Amino acid sequence: MARVVVRDILITTLLLGLFAATGTGLVAWVHLATSDRITENRLAMTRMRVTQVLEGLEYDNDPVVDATTVSHPQLGGTGLPVWFARRNDTVVGMVLSAIAPNGYAGPIHLLIGVDTQGQVLGVRVTQHRETPGLGDDIEADRSDWIHGFRSRALGDPPIEAWRVRKDGGVFDQFTGATVTPRAVVQAVRNALVYVQEHGDALQATPPPDADQAVVIEPLPPAEAEHVAPGGPPPVPGTPEGIIEVEP
Amino acid sequence: MSAHRSEIVRAGLWTNNPGLVQLLGLCPLLAISGTVVNSLGLGIATIATLVLSNSLVSLLREHVRPEIRIPVYVLIIASVVTVIELVMNAWFHGLFLVLGIFIPLIVTNCAIIGRAEAFASRNTVPDAALDGLAMGVGFTAVLVAIGALREVVGQGSLFDNAHLLVGEWGRHLRIEIFPQEHGFLLAMLPPGAFLAMGLLIALKNVIDARLEGKPVAASVEPEPASEPGERAPSRS
Repeated sequence: MARVVVRDILITTLLLGLFAATGTGLVAWVHLATSDRITENRLAMTRMRVTQVLEGLEYDNDPVVDATTVSHPQLGGTGLPVWFARRNDTVVGMVLSAIAPNGYAGPIHLLIGVDTQGQVLGVRVTQHRETPGLGDDIEADRSDWIHGFRSRALGDPPIEAWRVRKDGGVFDQFTGATVTPRAVVQAVRNALVYVQEHGDALQATPPPDADQAVVIEPLPPAEAEHVAPGGPPPVPGTPEGIIEVEP
Repeated sequence: MSAHRSEIVRAGLWTNNPGLVQLLGLCPLLAISGTVVNSLGLGIATIATLVLSNSLVSLLREHVRPEIRIPVYVLIIASVVTVIELVMNAWFHGLFLVLGIFIPLIVTNCAIIGRAEAFASRNTVPDAALDGLAMGVGFTAVLVAIGALREVVGQGSLFDNAHLLVGEWGRHLRIEIFPQEHGFLLAMLPPGAFLAMGLLIALKNVIDARLEGKPVAASVEPEPASEPGERAPSRS
């Protein structure tokens, strides 16, 4: 009797194990078959976004494979990628990633392109969960608001005016949504302060010997499941508590 | 098509529609139905999952012992969904980015394990595949209907972002019905999904009541008692 039970348990266990192994094998095989293409897709997507915020700048390298990562409270996170645009191996512009921790519905992820004088070349939102129809006007597809940062710098407007109009600054808020643009303006300003303080050291980063592709994580870090081979480790979440970096 | 087969199709599309009657898989149904294209993308992924998982479950039904059938179903569904996720990531990257976490979440769509347990484990492979297809199409139809309703009311357009699904020429598919500024915000927000869903269920009930008034040619069989839609207390 006992022997029959044991036999039964064994067979059932083996059967379950077999199913698990087959399923895992299938997933592994498809993963191998698609991973090159997925890596390529992520590179292409990152290249498109990085190129967008370097608008008007002339450079002769591929910034996507010329990148490093930095961590600083002024950028709102750790392990954030920075891409370099170079002409004749000299840095002429950078694309910083920054996280605005205080969006209306969670963090807002930004890409900010700056030239070596600290002037903004372009800003784009890469991830957010703001209210559709109100806060999502920060997307370039939905309104021109985000282009208002173009050619701005820390002295233009003066740093006290790097706020939305409601707070006495020069940047528009949206009808019915102030929190979202406020968070974005603050994050861009903090990133520019970071560039002012640390930009020179950052620009001294030598060009990589081999390609170092750094791609934008498509999902919020906590949910990111796949990291492209050679890509960065998953970006840990934003520091606990909102860090309000006053200039 | 035999009467049995047409009954399977009828059940999936109408009498036992997973979205409107079983009320299964509401999480993706309500969360992702903001536009027609998102709905269609998730719907197609769900159809593929249902057909594949139903076929596999039916194919293996003789070999799976009753004690481990649920873990095995979960394994099959999880593998199928992961494969679909990888394939979408590779070939429909734009749509993959839009649907994001909702593709892996297809795993938790109760309609899929519900069909595996209630139908595929007791029927032949062709029947199970047909059931998966009918249920998937029924689910997609509800998704697209809600998506269309919310997109038109919420942002005054149809087929926005179609290029994510069909390639660059899809940009021309967008139909603007009225300018976006006049959109009704509520439709785009989660409550809009519940409202649209409620309206659709009400509409179905009205149509059913009308049909019942007349003599119906093919009598609708009552649902078997083991249908998961009736007993499952927790729904996702």
